[in-house]
Amino acid sequence: MVALTPISRTPVSFYVPVVAAAGAFAGLLVGTARDNSLLGVVLGALLLAAIAFAVTQLIENERLARWAIFAVFALAGLVMGGLPALVVGAAFGLFFGWFIFWLFEGRYRERLAPYLTPGQVLWHYSFRVICGMIFFFLITPIVVVMPLSFNAEDFFTFTPEMLQFKPEGYSLKHYEDFFTNADWQQALWNSVRIAPVATLLSVSFGTLAAIGLSQPHVPFRQVIMAILISPMIVPLIISAAGMYFFYSRIGLQGTYLGVVLAHAALGIPFVIITVTATLVGFDRSLTRAAANMGANPVTTFFKVQMPLILPGVISGALFAFITSFDEVVVVLFVGSAGQKTLPWQMFTGLREQISPTILAVATILVVVSIALLTTVEMLRRRSERLRGMSPG
Amino acid sequence: MNRTTALLGSAALALTAASALAEGHMAGEMTIVSWGGAYSASQQNAYHTPYMENTGITIINDESSPEAVAKLRAMEEAGNITWDLVDVEAADAIRLCDEGLAMEIDHDEVLAAAPDGTSASDDFGDSIISDCFIPQIVFSTTMGYRTDLVGDTPPSNICAIFDLETYPGKRALNKRPLANMEWALLCDGVEKADVYDVLETEEGQERALAKLGTIKDQTVWWTAAAETPQLLADGEVVMGSTYNGRLFSAIAEQGQPIGMLWDEQMLDFDGWIVPAGLPEDRLARVLDYLKFATDTQRLADQAAYISYGPARASSAPLVGQHAELGIEMAPHMPTDPNNAQSVLVTQYDFWADYRDDIDAKFQAWLAQ
Repeated sequence: MVALTPISRTPVSFYVPVVAAAGAFAGLLVGTARDNSLLGVVLGALLLAAIAFAVTQLIENERLARWAIFAVFALAGLVMGGLPALVVGAAFGLFFGWFIFWLFEGRYRERLAPYLTPGQVLWHYSFRVICGMIFFFLITPIVVVMPLSFNAEDFFTFTPEMLQFKPEGYSLKHYEDFFTNADWQQALWNSVRIAPVATLLSVSFGTLAAIGLSQPHVPFRQVIMAILISPMIVPLIISAAGMYFFYSRIGLQGTYLGVVLAHAALGIPFVIITVTATLVGFDRSLTRAAANMGANPVTTFFKVQMPLILPGVISGALFAFITSFDEVVVVLFVGSAGQKTLPWQMFTGLREQISPTILAVATILVVVSIALLTTVEMLRRRSERLRGMSPG
Repeated sequence: MNRTTALLGSAALALTAASALAEGHMAGEMTIVSWGGAYSASQQNAYHTPYMENTGITIINDESSPEAVAKLRAMEEAGNITWDLVDVEAADAIRLCDEGLAMEIDHDEVLAAAPDGTSASDDFGDSIISDCFIPQIVFSTTMGYRTDLVGDTPPSNICAIFDLETYPGKRALNKRPLANMEWALLCDGVEKADVYDVLETEEGQERALAKLGTIKDQTVWWTAAAETPQLLADGEVVMGSTYNGRLFSAIAEQGQPIGMLWDEQMLDFDGWIVPAGLPEDRLARVLDYLKFATDTQRLADQAAYISYGPARASSAPLVGQHAELGIEMAPHMPTDPNNAQSVLVTQYDFWADYRDDIDAKFQAWLAQ
């Protein structure tokens, strides 16, 4: 990387307090884990201030200083809490070794425009730290679940064996339970049977509705639109109760078709919204041109309009699929035990027996969702690329 | 392209329609509602599997017992009873019976007599707490504690929950007044015989809440019985109340460092109710199942899978070993004479009269 700005070493009065502040934060984490937050903050700040001062003033060699910090922190971790703390300590050591010299040498200014004021530099980095923290808080609950699903015990607990990375603390038995237990397999099968059909219905009806509603001559467009997307706005429990009584009267309650229809109704608003958004950019003269050349409306739709609005249809379909696949409230009302889906099974499992099989299923679902989203995104990029190459 | 899509679409629709028609209430199916987890598994092993083998009827398990009352009301309202048999706690059975949502049963006519000829109603005895209720098991709410966190003197008395000096640390208690109020009064020096007389009065309720107040900031309140074993396994709490079967499973099946206390265990019953208004043919099938599933041998069989006591007196001598671990199950039953030296039996009449009032006070106190 090219340095934009000439850099110079910063004064002690700048980098030592900043490192101390970071040390206080790290001390807060360590202290809280050991039931004394305040002591952790004070010790962390003092210790890091001393280290920062010492390594920059006494040890001239940066590499040596960073290795020394790394080793000291790792060792301190090992003494305090064994193998798992060693990893944490080593991570802290790596970070602080880098951080101290990053500040000390003034490298933090390296890639920023030279005319920025100190306030702007501060904001530049605070913004990144805030974004990082938000990301951290969003992602941690999901990540924590994954190692727990390999637990050898039947509780949501990090056992001492797990924390010491001993193989006997880990096991695949919860995955085995998921793949061999008839209840879970039935639930998986039901989900797989319900979601695609519900998605197909949502996409067909939602796309048709969006195309119809985008015609300027349709009367009461706003009202119809509001009614069609109401399942997204009305609280789910109210839709569910309403569907329960209605479906009971007409004999759909507790049937496969009933659940599929209910989920299709929930998925339609997503399709309408995404397809309507893509239709905004659709040039209507293309359909007129097709008609002019003798294509009937159906051919026009499939040959001209559909390929152009396909990205909207696909993302709508994805939302509709996930809505059906994740849904627990409506299926509890509209379904019966014969239509027990994965979320339903997870719900009863959490209530009755806190078994890590739920975590194993959650991990599998997370992996599947990531794979699904990646595939769709790659397909979308590919079609964009292809379209960019084709004329017009 | 359009033809393929249309073909695919219509094929999918035809498939849905066909499978929708194939479902519905088929002749050989019965939906039985229960609590899920290990409890449903014990019923599956002891009742459902042998019954399905004998008769060829398919039993579908619905794990909706926690919301049974609300769902039965909704079914009644919608005129669409989809359940055939429901497993509920005794208190819910009384409520459903009063509302006319459960069918009244003549126990001697519907249920099998004991092998020695004792009539069903005598064999079940006191556990028939309502005309609609067909008892199955006796369970108790009791205390479990971490053996490694209580020092050299493990608790031997229920009042250990209130003893923060000897047993410092968090406790887990049920987020409803039942059992908590009784224990609080007992540990505040009220004689056992007077507990409910005291609890009837305004001052008595205040007194129980005041006693609970001494440990309020050290208490984790649970709503699902699975929480206490989880908290104990984590070491988050030193002791906590839960159902005795949960503690047995955590100790004997999972090998956790947990001990349990039988002192002043709160006994309660769980059993079947038949929803009111079933059509003739389904009712006949349910009654046939009930006669089989509540006979002396079947109730004793269930105890091989879970440590809840059979509700029939004649089943007790037949209780054998745990199906997988080979442990003698009789000493783990709440009704075993050694365990039942001091028990509280849930007073349904009292709680029917005072439940709403005390519940409201308890929840308000929790929110303070």
